[in-house]
Amino acid sequence: MNVAVVVFPGSNCEHDVVHAVRLLGGDAEAVWHKDTDLSGADAVVLPGGFAHGDALRTGAIARLSPIMQSVRTMADSGAPVLGICNGFQILCEAGILPGAFIANRDLAFICRMIDVEVTDTNTMLTSGAQIGQRLRIPLNSYEGNWVDPTHTGRVVVRYTDDPNGSQDHAAAVANPAGNVVGIMPHPERATEQLLGSVDGRVLLESFLASVPSASHV
Amino acid sequence: MNVTVTIRRRSVIADPHGATVARALADLGHQGVRSLRIDRTIHLEVDGEDPETVREQVAAMCEQLLANPVLEDYEITVDA
Repeated sequence: MNVAVVVFPGSNCEHDVVHAVRLLGGDAEAVWHKDTDLSGADAVVLPGGFAHGDALRTGAIARLSPIMQSVRTMADSGAPVLGICNGFQILCEAGILPGAFIANRDLAFICRMIDVEVTDTNTMLTSGAQIGQRLRIPLNSYEGNWVDPTHTGRVVVRYTDDPNGSQDHAAAVANPAGNVVGIMPHPERATEQLLGSVDGRVLLESFLASVPSASHV
Repeated sequence: MNVTVTIRRRSVIADPHGATVARALADLGHQGVRSLRIDRTIHLEVDGEDPETVREQVAAMCEQLLANPVLEDYEITVDA
């Protein structure tokens, strides 16, 4: 197994992620959040959804799941760790990425294609993209308004039209090493023409290229 | 022991729900509402005899889970 996709109670994008990774030639397997062993995985994805019903705050309960210890260990070791949508919120709650999420500025649940621009290519998710490259991928969130009072977050993909009030128009944020990235829109839902866009491919292909054993696929 | 925790988002952080409610009040004709912030209140019943010990325990809960240190401050009231 190359890519472990963590399933929390209330996750709902794990099948999409597993499908997209396999479509792009990677190997992916869903892993239950109560598992603790990620030793067979070279990379991990925290998928979108509403883990634990977003009780208290988005990601607040999920970050306490047994598997999160292993996710943190992988992040610290330099392995690729990707959080998508709710997975991004979980990484922030866990303190693995800086900042936190509040409700969208206009209190709208945004569910549409949006345009983003890659602003930093020194991360595992953006290494195959060009600076300034515009991508059209679906956004599907109510609490997508990223806030970082410390201004330490490294914004690597930005919205071009500020749909939700996110600070610095952040759509994706990386840790300093670039091996951990959280992204609010869904690249896995923009991987086939049938879905209306294939712009998510360059991001997931970069991610897979950074997975050690996937490079031999 | 009855404990009340007020979780308050820091004033520098936006409160989209509060802003929406403030606009609705203005629509109702209530002028002069300069600011409206919505806090979260958590009521707990905690075993214990000593209010200070209970307060410390609840403070640990706030640090570990109830409040997000990036966004929020908390205030604990222990009813003796």
